[in-house]
Amino acid sequence: MSASDDRDRVPAKPGEPCDGPPVANLADLFAVAWRIEADAVERYHLLADQMETFNNTELALVFRDLARAEGIHRDEIQRMAGDIDVVAHARSLPDWGRGESPEKADLGDAHYLMTPWHALKMALAGEERALSYFQHVVATAGDPKVQEMAKEFVEEEAEHVNLCHRLLRKYPAPQGESWSDDPDPAIAQE
Amino acid sequence: MTADPRLKAQDYKSEIKPIWCPGCGDYHVLLAFTRAFAELGLAPEDIAVVSGIGCSSRIPAYTSCYGFHGVHGRALAVAAGLKVARPDLTVVVATGDGDGYSIGGNHFLHACRRNLDITYIVMDNHIYGMTKGQPSPTTEPDFDTALSPGGTGLRPFHPLVIALASGANFIARCFSGQPAETASVIVEAIRHPGFSFVEVLSPCVTFRPDQREWKNLVHPAPVAATNDPAVAARRIMTDDGFNLGVLYRGDRRPYRPEVGVSSADLSELEREFEI
Repeated sequence: MSASDDRDRVPAKPGEPCDGPPVANLADLFAVAWRIEADAVERYHLLADQMETFNNTELALVFRDLARAEGIHRDEIQRMAGDIDVVAHARSLPDWGRGESPEKADLGDAHYLMTPWHALKMALAGEERALSYFQHVVATAGDPKVQEMAKEFVEEEAEHVNLCHRLLRKYPAPQGESWSDDPDPAIAQE
Repeated sequence: MTADPRLKAQDYKSEIKPIWCPGCGDYHVLLAFTRAFAELGLAPEDIAVVSGIGCSSRIPAYTSCYGFHGVHGRALAVAAGLKVARPDLTVVVATGDGDGYSIGGNHFLHACRRNLDITYIVMDNHIYGMTKGQPSPTTEPDFDTALSPGGTGLRPFHPLVIALASGANFIARCFSGQPAETASVIVEAIRHPGFSFVEVLSPCVTFRPDQREWKNLVHPAPVAATNDPAVAARRIMTDDGFNLGVLYRGDRRPYRPEVGVSSADLSELEREFEI
């Protein structure tokens, strides 16, 4: 799929299958939201570390920027939560069914020659999963306060999705499969 | 030893940053390890992760548990000694297909036979990744590279069948790209008494980029695990190699040698060798 194919992509619909922790009250919601962002920070730093190890410094910077952006969102959620200890509450949450919270980029998609376009595609996929998750919370929440707050998170995630689309327009998709051609391939022992 | 529900996967990670290639399946296996340990609620100091040599064998350094990064192919020998001396420890062995099936092939057979209460996790990518892409015992016979022109032509080792025939008490196959499912199987493997063998298909995206396709080939085992070795043998021999889940759950009693009860006096033995 090319970048242009993605521009008008419709976000995931509410009510799609969701494997996240159950959200019964505002404390749960803030804790889940905080954890989604905190997990994303950790994952992007891990990917940045990988890229530095392989001397792909351009990508390392992109992942560090993504980590910094997610860190701002994480801290903003903590501020919004007020007296709720989201850090402690997040630790008590059950794990996500698929093993990864929505904004954790799939490590299996990484490649040492990947480009900023690939990194943004990973970020977009994560933001779309988060959007879908919060849409699910809106659709299923029993507590009106939870529903109201979840709507704000939906708007926030929708903006992040749009931001990824805007950034993808700036970074062209690599043509064909040649981006992963290594002029100095790893198989060196003969 | 009691389970501590407050422990989280993060508590089992060390400060050392992994240096595997981006996209390597072993990152997910490390996640599965830490998640499994957290689910079991074991204190890090009650777990020993033992390994041999190779990319996958770097795992002990990345956990906060006790670790032993051993000699090539000898992880099971070290683990067996450790388990005999310290049966209270949860001993998990992490290795790869080259280390575990080739250099350590003989230890594999006898570890299955002994049936000590050890969990053996092999990250199988059908290649020697750390030493730059030589064929391993599980490499396909027609894998054609500069290192193996035209392929080796050799029949691949079938680790699950060999484990079954040698007496392993628990046999499962997982895929690294499914860390939650892998963690669940590791939990079950650790809880199951005796020698538990878990093969994890873990792509080497650098030397085997074709293995990125594995995520589209794996599928859950269509039937529940059996405790009948004959049934298990037939299933494992005839599956496509991408059948995931617990495939055999045996009921052999684990080997638990008594330590420190011998009446033999070691000093008498030593005297025989005095010059």
